[in-house]
Amino acid sequence: MSTVTTPEISLMPERSTRTSLRSRLQDALPKIVLAPSFVITLVFVYGFIIWTGYLSFTNSKTFPSYAITGARAYQRLWRWTFESDPPSSWYTSITNMGIFGFLYIGICLGLGLFLAILLDQKIRGEGLLRPIYLYPMALSFIVTGVAWKWFLDPGLGLEQTLHQWGWTSFHFDWIKNKDFVIYTVVIAGVWQASGFVMAMFLAGLRGIDGEIMKAAQIDGATTIQLYRRIIIPLLRPVFLSAFIVLAHMAIKSYDLVVALTSGGPGGSAWLPSNFMYEYTFKRNEMAVGSASAIIMLMTISAIIVPYLYSELREKSR
Amino acid sequence: MRKFMTTTAMAALMVAGCGLAAHAEDVKEVQMLHWWTSGGEAAALNVLKGDLAKEGFAWKDVPVAGGGGDAAMTALKAMVAAGTYPTASQMLGYTVLDYAAAGVMGDLTETAVKEGWDKSVPAALQKFSVYDGKWVAAPVNVHSVNWLWINKAVMDKIGGTEPKTFEDLVALLDKAKAAGVIPLALGGQNWQEATMFDSIVLSTGGPEFYKKAFNDLDEESLKSDTMKKSFDNLATIIKYVDPNFSGRDWNLATAMVIKGDALVQVMGDWAKGEFVAAKKTPDTDFLCYRFPGTDGSVIYNSDMFGMFNVPDDQKAAQVALATATLSKSFQSAFNVVKGSVPARTDVPDTDFDACGKKGIADLKAANDGGTLFGSLAQGYGAPPAIANAYKDVVSKFVHGQIKTSDEAVTELVKAIDDAR
Repeated sequence: MSTVTTPEISLMPERSTRTSLRSRLQDALPKIVLAPSFVITLVFVYGFIIWTGYLSFTNSKTFPSYAITGARAYQRLWRWTFESDPPSSWYTSITNMGIFGFLYIGICLGLGLFLAILLDQKIRGEGLLRPIYLYPMALSFIVTGVAWKWFLDPGLGLEQTLHQWGWTSFHFDWIKNKDFVIYTVVIAGVWQASGFVMAMFLAGLRGIDGEIMKAAQIDGATTIQLYRRIIIPLLRPVFLSAFIVLAHMAIKSYDLVVALTSGGPGGSAWLPSNFMYEYTFKRNEMAVGSASAIIMLMTISAIIVPYLYSELREKSR
Repeated sequence: MRKFMTTTAMAALMVAGCGLAAHAEDVKEVQMLHWWTSGGEAAALNVLKGDLAKEGFAWKDVPVAGGGGDAAMTALKAMVAAGTYPTASQMLGYTVLDYAAAGVMGDLTETAVKEGWDKSVPAALQKFSVYDGKWVAAPVNVHSVNWLWINKAVMDKIGGTEPKTFEDLVALLDKAKAAGVIPLALGGQNWQEATMFDSIVLSTGGPEFYKKAFNDLDEESLKSDTMKKSFDNLATIIKYVDPNFSGRDWNLATAMVIKGDALVQVMGDWAKGEFVAAKKTPDTDFLCYRFPGTDGSVIYNSDMFGMFNVPDDQKAAQVALATATLSKSFQSAFNVVKGSVPARTDVPDTDFDACGKKGIADLKAANDGGTLFGSLAQGYGAPPAIANAYKDVVSKFVHGQIKTSDEAVTELVKAIDDAR
């Protein structure tokens, strides 16, 4: 009897250490797996943000220099912010960012929601239509830019074609016009992203409980009321995700401007990202480039952080 | 275990031995960073590749495509920051001096003295290839900017003759307009507009004025009435472009002249490469004139091979590359293909076409007469920050953000001051 129990007793502590080791490993595993990417993100994203911030206070030209020389780069940008006639490159960049960001996000959200609602009417061929709208998202900004550049070019694309068809008074030269070129960037951007936003809204619409709608219909709600009062408010989390995705796409749409307009007539299509690249790498004014990058970051934070905060707080409540 | 230790030690020794052996012998390879990737340019570079192969040096190509070389310069910056210098890199003007000031360039003075570069390379070019008394770069060619490229068939059709003054040019453009041809082919990108404006300023103000304003950046000249007049002349000439010019690439503008859709393009002599590639010959298919009023002066830019401070075992390869680059045979063979003229004035012009011969003679005359000036638009008049500020102003004037020549002059002074 005792011969049987003794090994059991002696085994007990061993098994318990083994399980505790195992469970400890299990606890630590996510941390271990995440550690490399955490370190990489820490260094290559946040580390370089700090580095850029540091450079913006130096007198760096072609190469980084590390002696702090004050906020001259910011002073120059601040002065350029108010030079509207003739517009300084920085003034053009930030006003373009305002126009582009507002229209791009607004139209994408509106159009995406509209298309999603239409597709959600249990129509035939949805499986065919959905990928058609979604497909532009699979193209890179460069391809989108070049394709729209050809399409919008008055001597090559739409205008030329309509002239050949006999509508000779047709006139559409926005891409060559300093005052309208930024709107062509909006057109190309919206074309690319609205299908993706549609897919997001469609997923959101499918997630809404049918019972709620039936209840509303029994209570006598019209279709418009149904959407306005019930469905769209229920899509709020989708709005949040779509907004975040679109906002960061708007900020980083450097390549679209380059491919579509190569900067526009007299630099009139510049966005702050173009400004940053141009000053840092072409003009050898690294300090000014860094300062503009920091200002971009601050502006984004000022918009996104409060929005995220309010949305997430409401959810946790 | 002991056996393992000994094998490891032996392996380590062998590796070290190999390393030593490799050090003792020179590296027979040149590593070259450049952005000459288009057909004609690549062909021109192949000449050098062949020359070096004959001497037993392998060629390690590091091409970074992108017309103006912006991408290549970004790549170079990263390579230098990481401490892995190429043997040489294609570079332009002030970039060479920037890198030399950062202390990463080599010293070719010995070779330069032996090969007599000081005497044969124009003094204006030496400003960029010599830093602090040391040769740091080998100039490959000289491009000049103040050219008119004219389609001869169109010229004959409208009965035009070579314009000698700015007024002649305007009259010629009027004739083309009346004949229903696009008078002036221009690509509305800031560097093309500014390149044309370089010529206009030289034509309007003369050589002295150009030098003072665009090389010395003298403020009085920059805001003078002559500069205002230059902007007025630009406003006059810009009326002759087609409405669709904005954003067009320079080679498409050249193609308009080649096809006869347009009469004339004001562009550097790299445009000739396009004519030659289209199988056109000077004087029968196309004409090359100096921009009216600039005969006798040359506004230049030049491609250079910047030579980096490489380890000692690579120095021999670097010297071979530099010597081959400035050899008369290569200078002739390369520039015939590229459309530019040799960077040394003692190269025979026998292989060049009519425009090339004229270019060589003009360069020599300008060098002797002190009328060889760096192009501000091409980055040989002032550092990039200032050159780009200048391009901004010209482009904004062309596209209407800046409305009058008064305003343009004020903005020019302000922008250049700001970028200093």
